[in-house]
Amino acid sequence: MSAPDDHPGMEIDLLKGSSRTLLNRVLLAQETWIAIAILVLGLVVSMIAPKFATPGNLLNIFQNACFIGIMAIGMTPVIISGGIDISVGSILGMCGVTLGIVLNADMPLVVGIAATLAMGVLCGTVNGTIIAYVKLPPFIVTLATLSIGRSLALVLTNNQVFYEFGRASDAIVALGGGYTLGLPNVVYALVIGVIVLHFLLTMSRWGRYLFAIGGNEPAARLSGIPVDLIKISAYAFSGFMVGVTAIFLVGWLGAVTNSIGTGYELQVIASTVIGGASLTGGFGSALGAGIGAILVETIRNALLLAGVNPFWQGTFVGCFILAAVLLERIRSVRR
Amino acid sequence: MPVLARLEHIVKDFGAVRALDNVSLDINEGEVLGLMGDNGAGKSTLVKTIAGNFQPTSGTYVLEGKSVQLSGPADARRHGIEVVYQDLAICDNLTASANVFLGREIMRQLGPLKVLDHKSMNTRSAEIFRELKSETRPADLVVRMSGGQRQAVAIARTRLAKSKIVLMDEPTAAISVRQVAEVLALIRRMKDQGLSVILISHRMPDVFEVCDRVVVMRRGRKVADKPIAQSSPEEVTGLITGAIQTA
Repeated sequence: MSAPDDHPGMEIDLLKGSSRTLLNRVLLAQETWIAIAILVLGLVVSMIAPKFATPGNLLNIFQNACFIGIMAIGMTPVIISGGIDISVGSILGMCGVTLGIVLNADMPLVVGIAATLAMGVLCGTVNGTIIAYVKLPPFIVTLATLSIGRSLALVLTNNQVFYEFGRASDAIVALGGGYTLGLPNVVYALVIGVIVLHFLLTMSRWGRYLFAIGGNEPAARLSGIPVDLIKISAYAFSGFMVGVTAIFLVGWLGAVTNSIGTGYELQVIASTVIGGASLTGGFGSALGAGIGAILVETIRNALLLAGVNPFWQGTFVGCFILAAVLLERIRSVRR
Repeated sequence: MPVLARLEHIVKDFGAVRALDNVSLDINEGEVLGLMGDNGAGKSTLVKTIAGNFQPTSGTYVLEGKSVQLSGPADARRHGIEVVYQDLAICDNLTASANVFLGREIMRQLGPLKVLDHKSMNTRSAEIFRELKSETRPADLVVRMSGGQRQAVAIARTRLAKSKIVLMDEPTAAISVRQVAEVLALIRRMKDQGLSVILISHRMPDVFEVCDRVVVMRRGRKVADKPIAQSSPEEVTGLITGAIQTA
């Protein structure tokens, strides 16, 4: 009777919660280490290639990273819930083609934006519905929609390239390629995306339930969480963010080809994973997705400026993925 | 001790198989009841009937003086009956507090939005852990916790709902000796708060340490129902195997 009643730790303040200091928490965060990796990489490359550290080039890196970064923000809730969406590149194709067709028909920009976002949400909802209700593995479902989406983009455009955007021509180019207060518009989209997702993941029921589903789906169901609806919403959110990306990317490129977004899924998933999301579900952050995308783009840019044959890019990105996953493993041991 | 729930002549058939055969059982307030029996003896059917997963084929289920027909586990929960599952049904990647409140989070108003009220949830779960005299900290991740602390989290979930009867399915099956002591202490704490606990266990020492009464099932029948002080591990073993017919 005596031993279990006697808890030596009972006097400590239970409300204090985690005993670790803020500094400790920052040092343990994946985002911190990725940010350090970006800085170290930048310093090394700027010694080899003086052009690297110019404001123009840094801005360029940031802008390029944003397109992948916004999609990585969309991918993050999906991966947290224990799923994966490899169809994002094809959804980007569908969204881009939708925008091209609508604007080409001389519609106002607002209509084009609405149609593009709706297409993204629709594609995501289709993915999510099949995954949640037909209960097929997310990898297989989105592999199928990757194929279907790319094919439909070809069907819809009949292999035509759109570069005439009617009366919205100037507006779409100004939106996607323009600057506000010295920064590319797409940068604001990324920053807003990170803030909104961070808020959703840490402060909303939706975010809490995503983590619960990724951590232990049967437990989430037993707790009365609407698991299927939350899953569908995660894929719909991913589709929505792809739609946002499509609008900025089309404006920046000034044209829509049906191959737009091909192969993006790998970079998006790489960014999310480098940023600390776990493919087994239950872990991930908004900031990590953004920073992961910046690292991937920094590697690409640095190798180019350092005069390394671009064929090596994939090798470097691959090594960083492995390093990031190992880092995650080491951190979880220290936790 | 006042009777909280009473099963009267419960029969449960699955096709031709009679899983529960005329079982009557009182569940008293503030009592720890040990439920023992070999695999297939009807323990789990009995527990699932009490928890609302199964509806009895015949017999009456009386809860606080009223005859009830539970439509499912959610209905049972509304009547104050909670189950702590063997695999605990908690999320390792969330904090203790997040698990306690999973599916019934406390929200607060932030401008036009409703956001998670982390502070209130941490405070409330700290209170529950303190009541349970567990050293579990609300903001710690469950993945870093011992088996005993995980049990505390699972039990804390039932305390949130102000339950009256807690069914615990093999809570000490897969944990270390020190943690078993911790879980048994938690069970005593629940009893002190006036809860009825039904402990389903294969571990004789646990049952004899913490239970007030022991019920033994064999082949769908209740073969013993007596105060633990008037029984012995040898007798219970005999009842489980059939070496002793009834007691």
